[in-house]
Amino acid sequence: MMGSRREKFSSIDGIQAGLGSVDYIATRQIATALFLASNLQKPVLVEGPAGVGKTELARAAAQWLELPLIRLQCYEGLDESKALYEWKYGKQLLYTQLLKEKLADVMQGAKGMRQSMERLRGFGDAFFAEDFLEPRPLLKALRQDGGAVLLIDEIDKSDEEFEAFLLEILSDYQVSIPELGTIRAKVPPLVFLTSNNTREMGDALKRRCLHLYIPFPDAGLEERIVEARVPGVAQRLKRQLVAFVQGLRGQELKKQPSVSETIDWARTMLLLHAGELEPQLVRDTLNVLLKFEEDIEATLPKVRELTLRSAEAAGHGVHVASA
Amino acid sequence: MSHPLEGFIRALRASDVPVSVREATEAYRALEAVGYADRQFLKDALGIVMAKTHDEKLVFEACFDLYFARAELADSAAAQAARRQAQGEAAESLADMLLAGDRAALAQAMEAAGAAVGVQEIRFFTQRGYFTRRMLDAMGLREMEERIQQLRQAGEVGSTGQADALERGRAYLLGEARAYVERQHEIFARPASARLREEFLERTRLSALDERDYARMHNLVRRMAKRLAAKHSLHKKRRRRGQLDVRRTLRRNMGRDAIPFEVIWRMRKIDRPSVVAICDVSRSVAAAARFLLLFLHSLNELLRDMRAFAFSDSLIEVTEVLDEQGIDDAVRTVMRDIGYRSTDYGQALADFQAGYLEIIDRKTTVIVLGDGRSNHTEPRADILETIYRRAKRVIWLNPEPKTFWGTGDSEMPRFRPYCHLATQCATVKDLERVLDELLTVSA
Repeated sequence: MMGSRREKFSSIDGIQAGLGSVDYIATRQIATALFLASNLQKPVLVEGPAGVGKTELARAAAQWLELPLIRLQCYEGLDESKALYEWKYGKQLLYTQLLKEKLADVMQGAKGMRQSMERLRGFGDAFFAEDFLEPRPLLKALRQDGGAVLLIDEIDKSDEEFEAFLLEILSDYQVSIPELGTIRAKVPPLVFLTSNNTREMGDALKRRCLHLYIPFPDAGLEERIVEARVPGVAQRLKRQLVAFVQGLRGQELKKQPSVSETIDWARTMLLLHAGELEPQLVRDTLNVLLKFEEDIEATLPKVRELTLRSAEAAGHGVHVASA
Repeated sequence: MSHPLEGFIRALRASDVPVSVREATEAYRALEAVGYADRQFLKDALGIVMAKTHDEKLVFEACFDLYFARAELADSAAAQAARRQAQGEAAESLADMLLAGDRAALAQAMEAAGAAVGVQEIRFFTQRGYFTRRMLDAMGLREMEERIQQLRQAGEVGSTGQADALERGRAYLLGEARAYVERQHEIFARPASARLREEFLERTRLSALDERDYARMHNLVRRMAKRLAAKHSLHKKRRRRGQLDVRRTLRRNMGRDAIPFEVIWRMRKIDRPSVVAICDVSRSVAAAARFLLLFLHSLNELLRDMRAFAFSDSLIEVTEVLDEQGIDDAVRTVMRDIGYRSTDYGQALADFQAGYLEIIDRKTTVIVLGDGRSNHTEPRADILETIYRRAKRVIWLNPEPKTFWGTGDSEMPRFRPYCHLATQCATVKDLERVLDELLTVSA
């Protein structure tokens, strides 16, 4: 398994082709990051505007490598018990209740506190065995024998204590559980961390990871992405769509439309059986692209102009019937 | 010969990209995995390993392009040198290289000479001539000049031609050497000297700065604000847990017969500091006013709960202006609207009381930036007293030294009792210090 995995990561072209086979169009930069992540066995911190393909990258990588994707969503207050492991208290309590009778058997004949304690000692471990362990994402990732893809989403939403906790796991890929001993990953997982940069990440964690920045794509790349994700769209419409969104990104907006919005828009066009972009159609579906009322209001007057320009960019004249 | 990556990492560090030892090691490992064959591949890979923020990535790109500009030439030079050695030829003299037009060998000789004289230690623009000369000496320029002399004196037909060719070569060599030293300066020294200038700026009085420094000041102030923000984590933070919260613990554990498997602690929340900043932009502080506004703008970018006001002879709120406009436009707008007029603290405070007093509550910190000079008008210190009693802290930052307070039309003695802290704040360093203290206490 390792051998074939090493083959998969042996060249940038191979990685790009591999991700392309699961419909994720990766730039050379992204492929380089994966290449290094596998060869240096380091986690990758992926940053960039929302909707640009950070989480998708982990998903695509898992699909391509045929490894399970284990996802940990971060939030403020996330701590060890929710991220690493927890004991199934309820189950433990239930078993104690059910085995009350058995307990009496074990205790039979024991005189005094100390003897009872000694009788009990042997059984203490029974309640802290594997059965009662509830592994959470991080532990699950470490225990996958064939390796896994671990996605730690929105790490910037967690707090500093959690970052410090993660540092330990991400450097040695092992964790020690007091009752069970040290659990080491047989095959270190491929780790992706995503961040929307709502706060400054701690230096220690940041510098321990490889850093990949995914910007908004250029027109050519975005066209390929739309082609891969929404296969039914006609060439001309696709070019127009992408040109329009690229033009929109140049405007002053509260939130610029991202790649996921472009894909949704393309799907919308497909559903509406649209042949090409027309101003009225654009106005009606603008809320797919822009998520803030003020952005929509600011853009409505410019729709006609932007549509015309995108038609030119796509290389065809557009007959504008009515405004 | 030292590893090319070693020099590059040093150049990065000189440009404020803090490449740690661990990252440097990873860079070497990455280099092994990637190889020199594909330039873009190498650039991407090293960038992913060594540049960890967006700003660092931009600096990295510039540095890479600059540093590995001669990589191809050096590579082929190394290859040729290797070939020559394999063929058993002796090392060429400078003259031979120039006559033969062997640029690759020249490039290699230049690098070797540069390393020998330590050109990477260059710090100042004025050192270029010095380093150029020393480098050329190390390459053997003197012998070549003697040879030119000899050829001229010999006076034979062939030798004059040779002398001319060598002279042309010499001119070319001088140009190349100068360019080389300048490139080294660009890579290694410019960031250091820029840092020196910035340190100087930090310590200069705001009123003594002029137009040219404006842009640089902006960066400085922005960085200071960012530093403070990072240091004090200016958003909601949950502090260490307090006492046991019995009620919630029992609630949470009802399903387990009230046995406290899960313990809930009382968390003490720290609220975002809410700041109200009032800035004097009148004639008396004209010079410093623009820079104070600069500071206000940066602070506004970082503090979500800040409201800013500016006044001369009346007071207006400038929060929206700072929010919506870029820094230059914002300053210009504010100064146009309310700046440079004669000062009237009394009216300004009255305006504040009339319009905005209710935004101040017991969690607010009020910062006043001004010199307290009210043109002999009634200063209305009673309004400041009202504010003082309502707010959590009132801090007065005055560009003048304390000895000037109370002289002329300065009303500082009347304002002072109603300030938790009144201090001189004339340079960026002062600003940083005061704010640091302010944020430490309020955290």
